[in-house]
Amino acid sequence: MSDVAASAGQPLETAASIGQSPLKASWRRFSRNKLAVISMIILGLITVACFAGPLLIPYSPEDFDYENTSAPIDLFSAHPFGTDDFGRDLLLLVLDGGQVSLAVGFVGAFVAVMIGVLYGATAGYVGGRLDNILMRTVDVLYGIPYFFLVVLINLVVGRTTGGLFLSIVVVLWLTPAVISRGQAVSLRHREFVDAARAGGMSEGQIILHHIVPNSMNVVIVYSSLLVLEVMLTESFLSFLGLGIQPPASSWGSLIEDGAANMETDLRLLLLPCSFLVATLFCLNFIADGLRDAFDPNER
Amino acid sequence: MPSTRTSAEVAVRQAAAAILSARNLTVDFKLEHGWVRAVDGVSFEVRRGEVLGIVGESGSGKSQILMAAMGLTAINGRCTGSVTFEGQEILNASPEQLDKIRGSAMSMIFQDPMTSLNPYMRVVDQLTEVLVAHQGKSKAEAVDNAVEMLERVRIPDARRRISLYPHEFSGGMRQRVMIAMALLCRPALLFADEPTTALDVTVQAQILDLLNGLVRELNAAVVIVTHDLGVIARLCDRVIVLYGGRIMEEAAIDDLFEAPRHPYSQGLLAATPRLDDDTAHDLRTIKGSPRALVGQMTGCPFAPRCDRKIERCTVETPALQRLMSGRAAACHLVTS
Repeated sequence: MSDVAASAGQPLETAASIGQSPLKASWRRFSRNKLAVISMIILGLITVACFAGPLLIPYSPEDFDYENTSAPIDLFSAHPFGTDDFGRDLLLLVLDGGQVSLAVGFVGAFVAVMIGVLYGATAGYVGGRLDNILMRTVDVLYGIPYFFLVVLINLVVGRTTGGLFLSIVVVLWLTPAVISRGQAVSLRHREFVDAARAGGMSEGQIILHHIVPNSMNVVIVYSSLLVLEVMLTESFLSFLGLGIQPPASSWGSLIEDGAANMETDLRLLLLPCSFLVATLFCLNFIADGLRDAFDPNER
Repeated sequence: MPSTRTSAEVAVRQAAAAILSARNLTVDFKLEHGWVRAVDGVSFEVRRGEVLGIVGESGSGKSQILMAAMGLTAINGRCTGSVTFEGQEILNASPEQLDKIRGSAMSMIFQDPMTSLNPYMRVVDQLTEVLVAHQGKSKAEAVDNAVEMLERVRIPDARRRISLYPHEFSGGMRQRVMIAMALLCRPALLFADEPTTALDVTVQAQILDLLNGLVRELNAAVVIVTHDLGVIARLCDRVIVLYGGRIMEEAAIDDLFEAPRHPYSQGLLAATPRLDDDTAHDLRTIKGSPRALVGQMTGCPFAPRCDRKIERCTVETPALQRLMSGRAAACHLVTS
C-alpha cells in the first residue's frame, strides 16, 4: 500500500511518475494482483486458441469424418480430443464455439456499457425532466419479463446471431445506465464541471470530457462483471435453443448437444463446459482485481 | 498595489460605461420547507480596469451573485432582476447564448483548486479545451498559448509540467493553473470566488500579487468575492459589504478602511487583527450568528446582532442611500 499512497499523493518529480493518469495508477495496482494477472494470461491464451486454433486445423466444423465417429481422446491422432457421433472434430468445435461465445461476451458487454454510460451520463448531468423521462424508461424496461422480450425479439428479428446479440444487449445496458447516472448526478456539482461550464463548454462536451471519464473507475469494474454475465446469458439462451442456431455453435449450444448425449459420451458435455468454466473463473478473478484496483475507498 | 484607490479617483472612473451591471438582483432557492432568499435586491456596477470586492461572511450570498451572473445557479435556484454584460442581458440567458460569452469575454476562478480541475484530464487538455472551442485555434497554437500563460503565472518548467495530471501539482500550483485557465482567453470580465481561501498564507500573498499584476495588465474588470478583508485590502479598488443577501455598505477601499459607516462594517473591521494595533486586548467579535434566511424578512438583516439598533431597525428595512463621494450605506443611523 505504501507506493499506492505515494502515487495518489503530492507532486512527484520522479521520472517514472511524470504524467501518470489516475487510471494508469489503478492499472499499476491491478498488475500487482497475481491471481488477476494469471487469469488475464489464461484468458488471453484461450482467446488466441479460439481465434487462431481453427486456422491451424485442416478441416472445418462442417466436415464430417464418417470413418472416425465418436473417436476417443487420443492426443496423437488426427482428432486430439476425439470426434462426436457425426465425426466432427471436438477440439475444432469447441474452439469455433469459443469464437462466438467470446465475441458475443466482449462485444456485447462493450456495446451495453457504451449505450448505458452515455445514456446514464446524459440523464444524470442534464437532470430535471429529461432525467425523469430517461430513467423511468429504464424502470419500465427493467419491469418487462426477460424471456418475454427474448421471445419477442426472436419472433421479430428471427433466430439469427444479430437477434441473439440484441436479446442480450437489450436488458444488460440498463444497469450500467443506472450506475453512470448515479455517478453523473454526484459529479454534476463538482467544481470542475462548473469550471467547464464557466469556460463555455457545451453540454455534450462536458458529458464526454468530464462526466464520462470520471465515472470510468466504477464502470470498468462493472463491465468486467458484465462480460461474464453476457457470456452466461448467451450460453443460457443457446442452451435453451433460443440462441445460436446450427450449424453455427457456441459453448452454450455445444453444452446443450453434450447434455443430450451425456449418457453415451460425457466428453461432449465436459469439453465445452471446462472451457466455459475456465473463462468464467478468469473473468471473475479479473473483475476482483479490477475492483481492488479501482475502488476509491482503497485510496 | 493598485494605483487609484481614493474616492475622487474612483469617481472619475465612474464616468466610463460599466461592463457589468447588476440591477436589483435577487436569487432564491427552493428547499423542502420553502423558498430561501440568498441574494436580496443587489445592485452594482463594474468598469474595465476596476477591481470590485464583495465581502461578507458565510451564507451572505456573495458567491451566489457570481453564480447568477455566470448562469451557474443550481437547478433549484431562481434569479430575478437584471444583470447586463456590455449592455446585453445575461441573467437567465440560454446556455447557448451564455456560451458565446463564457470562456471568451467572461471567465471565473473557482474557490477550491483541489476540486476545480478534472482529475482524469491532463492539464494541457483542460487549458486548451476552451481556446480550441471558442477561438478556433489549432491544438498546437493553443498549447503554445497555454504554456506561455503557465509561465506567466510562474509555473516553472511549464512546457513539461503542462502534460501532467492535476494530482501531480501542489495546491498553490493548481490554483495558478486555475488562474491561467481563467485568463487564457483574455477576458474583459473576471470573477474570482474566494481565489485564495484554500491556500496557506504565504502562497496566498504570491497568488494575489500575481493576479493583481495580470488583471491590471489585461485591463479587465474584476469582481472578487471573499470573506477575507486582507484580500480586499490587497487587491480591490472598491468594496461592497454584504450581509444577509443585502448590500450594507459600498465604498472606495481606502474610505472603508479609514471610516466605515455601517455598524456591520465597523464590526467587521474591529474584528480584524491589525499589525499596527495594540494586541493586548482580546479580538473583538460580532455577537450572535447570521440569521436563517427562511421566511419573510422585515427590518434590517443585521438588526438582531447590532449594538446600536433602534426600534425602527426591526420594522423597516433600510434602503441603500447614496452618500457623498461615491459611498453608499443601508442603515437608518447613517445619513449624508
